[in-house]
This record gives sequence, structure tokens and C-alpha cells, in this order.
Amino acid sequence: MRVNGEERRGVAQPRVTLADFLRDELGLTGTHLGCEHGVCGACTILVDGRSARSCLMLAVQAEGHELTTVEGLAPADGPLHPIQEAFSAKHGLQCGFCTPGFLMSVHELLAEVPDPDEAEIRRRLSGNICRCTGYHNIVESVRYAAELLRGAGAAV
Amino acid sequence: MTTVETREPFVGRRLRRKEDARLVRGAGWFVPDRKLPGMLHAAILRSPFAHARIERLDVSGALACEGVVAAFTGSDLAGRVGRFQESARKEVTPQLLEAIDGTVKPTPFPVLADEVALWVGAPVAVVVASDRYAAEDALEAIEASYEPLEPVAGPEAALRDGAPVLHPELGDNVAARFRVGSGDVEAAFASAPRTLRRRFAFGRHSANSMETRSVQASYDEGRGELTVWLTNARPHLIRTHVSEMLGLPLESVRVVVPDMGGSFGTGVYSEDALIPFLAMELRRPVRWVEDRQENLAITRHARDQVHDLELAYDDDGRILALRDRFLVDVGAYNAYAITVSYNAAAHLRGQYAIDCFSIEGLNVLTTKAPVSPVRGAGRPEAVFALDRALDLVAADCGLDPADVRRRNMIPAEEIPRPMGMPYRDGAEMVYDSGDFPAQLEQALEAFDYDGWREQQTLWRAQGRRVGIGISSYVEGSGFGPHEGAVVRLDPAGNVRVVTGAKPHGQGLETTLAQICADELGVDVERVTVASGDTGLIQYGIGTFASRSAVTAGSAVGIAARRLREKVLAVAGVLLDADPDELDLAGDEVVVRGEARAVSLAEVAHAAAPGPRNRLPAGMEPGLEAQYYFQPPTVTFASGTHLAAVEVDEETGFVEVLRYLTVDDCGRMLNPMVVEGQIQGGVAHGIGTALYEESLYDEDCQLLSGTYMDYLLPSAVEVPPIEVGHQQCLSELNPFGIKGCGEGGAVSPPAAIANAVADAFRPERVELNRVPIRPEAVLEAVRAARARDQEEGGAR
Amino acid sequence: MKPPPFDYVAATSLDEAVAALQEHGDDAKLLAGGQSLVPLLAFRLARPSVLVDLNRVAGLDGLELADGELRVGAMARQRDVERLPGLRERCPLIPEAIELVGHVAIRNRGTVGGSLAHADPAAEWPALAAILDAELDLAGPGGTRTLPARDFFVSYFTTALEPDEVLTQIRLPLPNGRTGSCFLELSRRHGDFALAGVGALVTLGEDGGATDVRLGLIGVGDRPVRPAAAESALRGRVPDDAAIAEAAAAVAGEIEPNGDIHGSAEYRRHLATVLTRRALATAVERARGGEPAAAA
Repeated sequence: MRVNGEERRGVAQPRVTLADFLRDELGLTGTHLGCEHGVCGACTILVDGRSARSCLMLAVQAEGHELTTVEGLAPADGPLHPIQEAFSAKHGLQCGFCTPGFLMSVHELLAEVPDPDEAEIRRRLSGNICRCTGYHNIVESVRYAAELLRGAGAAV
Repeated sequence: MTTVETREPFVGRRLRRKEDARLVRGAGWFVPDRKLPGMLHAAILRSPFAHARIERLDVSGALACEGVVAAFTGSDLAGRVGRFQESARKEVTPQLLEAIDGTVKPTPFPVLADEVALWVGAPVAVVVASDRYAAEDALEAIEASYEPLEPVAGPEAALRDGAPVLHPELGDNVAARFRVGSGDVEAAFASAPRTLRRRFAFGRHSANSMETRSVQASYDEGRGELTVWLTNARPHLIRTHVSEMLGLPLESVRVVVPDMGGSFGTGVYSEDALIPFLAMELRRPVRWVEDRQENLAITRHARDQVHDLELAYDDDGRILALRDRFLVDVGAYNAYAITVSYNAAAHLRGQYAIDCFSIEGLNVLTTKAPVSPVRGAGRPEAVFALDRALDLVAADCGLDPADVRRRNMIPAEEIPRPMGMPYRDGAEMVYDSGDFPAQLEQALEAFDYDGWREQQTLWRAQGRRVGIGISSYVEGSGFGPHEGAVVRLDPAGNVRVVTGAKPHGQGLETTLAQICADELGVDVERVTVASGDTGLIQYGIGTFASRSAVTAGSAVGIAARRLREKVLAVAGVLLDADPDELDLAGDEVVVRGEARAVSLAEVAHAAAPGPRNRLPAGMEPGLEAQYYFQPPTVTFASGTHLAAVEVDEETGFVEVLRYLTVDDCGRMLNPMVVEGQIQGGVAHGIGTALYEESLYDEDCQLLSGTYMDYLLPSAVEVPPIEVGHQQCLSELNPFGIKGCGEGGAVSPPAAIANAVADAFRPERVELNRVPIRPEAVLEAVRAARARDQEEGGAR
Repeated sequence: MKPPPFDYVAATSLDEAVAALQEHGDDAKLLAGGQSLVPLLAFRLARPSVLVDLNRVAGLDGLELADGELRVGAMARQRDVERLPGLRERCPLIPEAIELVGHVAIRNRGTVGGSLAHADPAAEWPALAAILDAELDLAGPGGTRTLPARDFFVSYFTTALEPDEVLTQIRLPLPNGRTGSCFLELSRRHGDFALAGVGALVTLGEDGGATDVRLGLIGVGDRPVRPAAAESALRGRVPDDAAIAEAAAAVAGEIEPNGDIHGSAEYRRHLATVLTRRALATAVERARGGEPAAAA
């Protein structure tokens, strides 16, 4: 499979979830396990550009596909992705545990809807649970990210 | 080059957080993120019964499973792993107990159940295998048979004659009790023009940080050194427990807590000692990661209180006396002494001048998961009872709820004000700072309360049920006994702070750096804050109870001041100048008004040990300062919250339209961080008010075992949260700081319940239990209408 | 919460999938989107000895809007149906219902066939199938057969699928004429399973009377309910407030909801009537205001 633009391979029993595979086999520990039953969204990644809960996929299902995790948003030594930049600027994270999942969901949202209003942001992000921020600054972060992306004219 | 005098302080600035850099990249280090070579994985067998004798546990089937290395039961641990001795109980002094007519009985608990399992989820056996998948398979191969015993499903059941006594040595199921009060309450009630009495119930709740718990341990047999990594905001406490329970010297145990995905409360659990034991026993690193099913069953359960509250008042809504008797369902062990229950009692009267009062609290043992102090820790329950009662007083006297509050509020001139009872730390409880009336007015104005009341009349005419609710609280913050900091300057001019506090989202790496930078006189960019490692600082208490900004902040600030003195003293020797004439500026120490300067590298050299040092007489080598701050007692933060809700009368669904707070947390180190704490607290409170309950059935089986049943609010259920600030500086630390981590979560249940009831005014709908489910709203409206009909609408 | 062990067959053809099911019978489970199955595996509530993965079988994810119907391959992702160009204009009921399915990440992976075969009575797709009188194609060792929706849903999480059959396609006839529709649900939080939900489809004749009334209720029984009495209470009448209220009230007698911690049976019954009234009112309003649906 391709993960963050790189060919990766590994071994897994069929029952191993994609989330566990990413973390344990590929060492990509930015994707977090919050519930392991598909409700909290902490494990959200992109599969072929579309958001998916990696705890609800088996690793074997990802074979041949293109995955993006939080580590793929920005080069390790490079500048932050505008969405990451926005979350920090607007205090959209506190403990940071749910953040990677949010970033991937926001990535998809802004690719589809470059200028979402507050109601749409909250609706689209209702599948990601945060216990720290109360969502207020997450919404601000998404608005700011949208601004940065529109300003940069960058394709997401 | 700017000098300290001309630069704006870092404290008070909305600085971006240092911790973000790694967290937004997914490069944080949470315990399960780093493997150790040869590491094994544990899984725990848990009791499926609320109350059962463990007849037989045969692990041979598990040992035969692929990948399994070991399996242990309670009997294997007997004599080898001690029981948890509750530290909170030891903190309650005999003097305090006497003053409050209190008893706290010991309920030490075993790491694995010995003969009897006392709640669903109680740990019974552990399997260690090559990976978690294999370990869970092996759990299924354990043959366990139980003799189910009668569950004790709640405090009423626990107190009934003939109820099973869960800890026979205690004689009954009351683990703790106390009474506080002042004044002749009987007389006041007897002569009062009006009285009311209600039962207010606060459902059980669980903290639900997004990261579940995990414990990882490794034992260096050669050195006899045990290292434990875990998600716990009290690393030094864990070290003490592990050392005692495993019989290791304190200095042989190192506890490291890396990034933590939230905490929202404290707790010590079996696994905290069990996993280190396994690492020692098996001579290999062992990791255990709690899954969410376990977490919902066992971790940081909280609240679960019932208050029978009475108020005596006059026709003008002035409270003459208060009487409260309340029960806390603490679950199967009372691991926290009277922390939560005494908090509830201490904070019950809130911002109001109610000096004739009697409060009695009982901690009752039941066959549920043991509770911990969780965000608010007794205050939400107490505030709910009082604020609901005040709205009932308002309705009874024909007053606006805001007016009732105005009439009873402690005026600013009376602060500092003794409150007629000790605080939990044994000191006299005194509101040291605050201006409650101004806070209320600020909140009402920011909300446009009068405008909304007018609008409410129009909406009512249109058939819309929109309600407004008020709640306020006080919070004793910055609990002691101490917190420490070590501040060290290196030759390159970089500063490293080590503290015993353990942040888990509240931005201490940034806020403590801000205070250090100001007090030392360096750029905040230069300061790094390390925490969560007992190897780096000898004593620590940890982060909980809204204490770290106060205690760690003060410790850092004072240590930084002392280090500054030292730096300037050494520079003074080098420059042959009076330290009072010197300033820190960038990488140098300069003589004010002159061109003479010396670099920090030179200062560091001069301060280094060795024959060539150039230290003032009597000064120890090294550019480091340490300070443990001991707060005299808690310092009182406070807040006023306003909620507006709309209720769908046909379905009972409640939408929170608007939420506004004004919070006084004294000097704000970083207003952005403060707002985040409050907004997060409010969301937590909205969950508590409307959605979240750890629900047990009559057999004490947990019904809310998944996230389909335990409902955490999402971005749709939480509105934007408007945060206003009031700054009444603390008198109890040099920096005026008060805590703000919990306040946001304290008032929402009361504010929202009041708002829902208000939506039906003038009908007298009562909502005296949280969480408020839609069905309960319909039932409350039905009940109010039936009551009104019965009384012939005479009111 | 790790899944128990199972053998895994990544089928590359429908025949292979059917053969695997035939070999293992009740011990085998099909893996489609996984959004319902994988949590069950994580809780170890499902313990198949073999998992037959359909995700690599070509030709099962077709999506076509033609000849007056919507043809959906069983492996079509919910999100793709939701965003199918032309569908919102032709039959807004379907995207309106799909938007209520969980969250976008769930709909990206979750499949239409998976939802239908899982047959959760609180799910939206079974209700859509019921309302539109869909036809479902099943493929087994003996060949293929077609069942109407009313015969497909048997009980809680139970369909007429044999252990060795695979649902391959669903065909939903789309309404014609002056129609209006509405799908409404009430759930504790956005995206949760419905406490109760109603899909309503009303077709108006030239005289303003309702020539066709279809209702599909979810969360109120062991399968989606087409409340015949409620439908006929309104059919043929001008759907004014009184008529709608009558139809809504009639629903109460046609459902057998269960209670749970989120709502008692009585409360769900009450919600069903309230939602029916609201859904019908909105559907009628839309029928009156909307353009006649073009035959696609």
C-alpha cells in the first residue's frame, strides 16, 4: 500500500485493524485509538482521499490503496500544513489526542467545501469527539484554515 | 536590544502554545506510542457480576494458548503485592475530622480481587502474551466460576436493614460521614415565613478523556530499578504507591508520564501496580492499554449524589437558613476519603451569604465502580442543588431568578469573608477574593439578559419554548500541600524548568514558561518546561483540582526570581557592579545605562563548580534554583454562567441556543488558554446536563458500556461559548493567580436545568435530576400540569 | 477490544464469494463496508470462523439513474449514492435519508447492500427500500432471485437471505408526478441511531388530493414499517392539517417499539406520531411548491 506517498508493506493477521497496523507495524503512531468501535473519530485517516475510521477497517483491506495519515500532512522537518497551522493559531487543540482525527476530517471537508459556514462545520465534524476544547476553537480553527487555504490558492 | 523594563510581560499574552508543534503533527508521545524491545502485553479478566464470590479461577487454559507467557490471579499476588492504601484518607487530619464530626473508614483495595468481586469490571485475573490480540484470546480460555451474591445497587439499598455489608470489618456500608454547620438552623426553619424541601439527584458520570489509561513498566534487574510509564497526572503519588506495594525503595522507582490525552480527574487503579509487578516478575517490559469498554466500566466514575435540600426564606426571597443531607454513591471502595463529598459541602452555599446552615454528607458503598474526583469534584452536584432551589424560591416569591441571586449574594465589601466552616485542608474557609455582584451584572449585561427576557415574552406568544437559566459557583483552587519547580540556565542562555505538575492539555508548558520568562528576564522562546518525571524532581503532587497554575506557577515564578538574583549576583562579581544596576538582555547581562556587559556563557562559566569559579561568598555553584510553593490554603475563583435553551414541547428535545460565562480566575497567565479551559469545561457540563450517564440496572449491570450508550456531546450539541473575564487577584500567592480548569464544568447542569424549567414559565415545571433526557422533560411538564390542575391553579 | 481470530477470503468474483459462503454456512460472514460488522467483531459479539470480503469483487458497485429507477449495486458506498449527480433533483428523499446515516467517514466506507443485509430496524436504507417498494437481487449457488422489499426484511437483523446468498443489487422505482418527500429522524445526538424516524412521500393529483401516500418508519419495531392504516387514512384526501393529524395518529396502532436507555417504548410511539405529522406536512408542502418530477 501507499502511505503518505510512500510504498509501505507489512504483515498482519486478517483480524488486525488498520489502526493497529498503522501504529504497530508501520510505526505511524499519530493515528490514535479512542474507542475502537467507530464512534469517536480519533482514528480517522484518508483512504484514497476520503475520510475513514481506521479502527473499522482491517489492515488487509488497505492493500493496494492510498492512505494518508496525520504524518502525511506536512514533511517532518518542513512547515506545517495550513490546517495544522490554523489549529495552533486558534487554540483548536489542548491535549492533542483527538487532533489527528480532526485534521484529517477537516482536510476532507475543506477539499469539498472551501468556505463552510459554522453550521456546516459543526455538522461535518460531529463524527469527531473532543473532550478538551468544547469545539469552539476547533470551529475557529477550521474557519481560519479555510481562509489560509483560499489565500494560498493551494490545492489541498 | 530590549531590556526587561521596556518589554511587555509574557504573562497575560495569548501566546501560541509550545506543545502544539508536536501535537498537530501527530508526533506527541503518548504511552502506547513507544515500544520497548521484548515487550509483552497484558489483558485483564474482569468480573461480569456486581457482587460475586469467586469460586474457581483456572488459568491453565490461558497458559496453553499461543503467545501466552504468564497468567496471574489474586491468590498468586497474595503476600507479594500489597493493597492500595488510600492516600486521600491519610491527608484528612484528626483535627479536621473532629471539627466536622467526621469519620472516614479505611477501604484499602487489592490489585486483583481475592475472594469477592465487588463491581462489574473488577479485575480478577491477568494474562500476559506476545500481543493484545493473543492476550484477549487467552482471557476466554480462563475457567472462572462465580457464586453471584446480592448486589447493592444504590445508597438506599446499601443503607437498608439487612443489606449485604460489602466490607464486613466496617460494620455497615457507610464509608465516611461528616457534618458541618453554624447557627440555630432549627429555630430559623421554625420561624421562617417560607420553606422548601426538594430532592436533587445527580446521575453517575465518567470522565472519558479521549485517551484511555495505559501502563507500561520495565525492570532493570541488575540495578534494581523499576521504570513505569503511565497516563496519570500524579506521577509522584504513583511512585509512592508502587514503592510501597511492591516493596521497593522509593528511589528505585521512576515514574514517567509523557503526553496524556486528557484526564479530567484523578484515580489510582489496580493496573498502576499490577503492570510493574508483572515487569519485575517476568523480567520483561509489559504494557497494558485500557480499551474503551473497560474505561466506561471502571475509570473515573463520578458524581452520583442525591441531596435532600431545604431552604428557609422570607417573602422577599432572602435565604434565612439552609439544611442539606446528601448521599454520595462512591461504589465498592472509598478511595478518596471525603474529597468529593466535603467539596460538595464546602461549595454548596456558593456566592451567597447563608450563614445559618447545616450540611451532612455520607459516602455510601455500593457494588458499582469506585468513584474518583472528576472535573468539579462535588461542586457541580452542590451547585445544581442550590441553583435549582434558588429558582424555586424565585418562582415562589414572584421574583426574577436574577433578583433572588442579587438579594442573597455576598457583597464585595465583605470579602475576604470567613464562611463558618473549615476547608478540606483544615484551614478556616475564607473567600479571599472576588466581587460576585459585579460578576453577575457583567454576565447579565454581556448576555443582554433584559433583552432576552423581553424577547422571551414574544417567543412564548409564538408558541416557542425558550428559557434562560443562571448559575454561579465558587471554587477553592490551588489546593496544597505544595508544588515545586527547578529552574536552570545553561551557558547558551536556554532555560529549562522542571516541575512536579503534569499537564494534560492545559498548556502548562507554555503558561509556566511565560511566568518563568517574566521573572527571570528572558525571552519565552528560550524556556522549556519539562514535567511528568519523578527522576527530575524529588517531590511533586500533580495536576488536578485546578491547582497547577497557582502552585506550579508560583513555584516557577519564585524559583525564576531566585535564579535571576543568582545570575545578577555572579554577573555583578564579573562586572564589579551592584546587582541592582544590572539587567538581563538577550544573551547578556548588562549594566544599566552603560555599555558594559558580560555574556551568559561567561556567567555560567563563573558559576560552574571548580577552582576557577567566581562566585560571591557563600553562594553554591550552578545556575539553578529550586522552590516548593506551599499555598496557605485555597484561593477562591468564581464564575457566573447563563444558558439559553429552546425546548421542543412535543418531543422534549433541548437545544442549547447560547452559553455565556464570566469567570474570575485572578491573574490569567494566558487568556487564550483560560478560554479554552472554560469552553471545554462548559461542553463537559453540557454533556453532564443532557447526555451523559453511567447507568446501572437493578442488578448493577452497566448499561452504558459503549459509546452508543454513553453519549459524549459533539460539535452539534455544543453551541459557541462566550467567555468573559473578571480579574480579582488572589491574595494567597505572589502572582494573584487562581485556578480555572474546572469552573467551566461546574455550572452548566444547573444553568441548563434552570433554563429548561424557565422555558415553561409561568408553568412550574421542575427538573431536579440530571442528566435531563427528552422523555424526562415531557414527564416534568405532565407532572407540572397535573399538579396545577390538582391545586386548581390556585397559585 | 480486538477481534477474535477468523479465516479470511478476499473474494475476487461473486462466484467465489458464494462458494465460500456455501462451504462455511452460518460460520461465515460477508464483509462489505465494515461499519456495522467490525464493531461487532471488536466487541467479540460476532465470531465468524470465516470472513468473506466483497470489496475486491468487481461489478458490485454500479450506480445508475435510468428508466425511472435508481439501480444501486450492493457494494456502492453510501456517500457515492448521496452525491450521485441528478439524484437530489429526481428523488430528494434518498439523499435526505442518507445524510442521516452516521457521519461522512461512515458513509465513505459503508455500503448500501451492507446496510440492507444488516437489517437494523433503526437504519435508513431498509426504510427507503420499503417506501419505494424496491426490488432486491440475491445471488446464490442455485442462481439469482429477486425479492420485493416487503419480503426481504424479516425481523431484527434478520433478512430473507440464505446463509449462502449475497445481495447484489437493489432497484428503487422513483416517484413520478407532483411529489414531495421528507425524511425526518430524532436521535439524541447528530448522527446517532434514530429513536424514531419517518420517511414520507406524497403525490398530489390535479385536484390537490393525495393520490399516493407512502410512509416508512424506523426504530419502532423489528423492521421498517409501512403503516397501511395511516397511509390509507390520507390517500385520496386533500392533505390538510386535520387529515395529516389523523394519519399520524393512526401510526400509533401500527408499531411495536421497544424501549432502551435512550427512550421508552411509549416515548418512541409518541415520537413516531409527531414525526409522521411533521414529515407529512413537509412532504405535502414540498409537493405543492415543487416542480413535477421528470421521468428520468
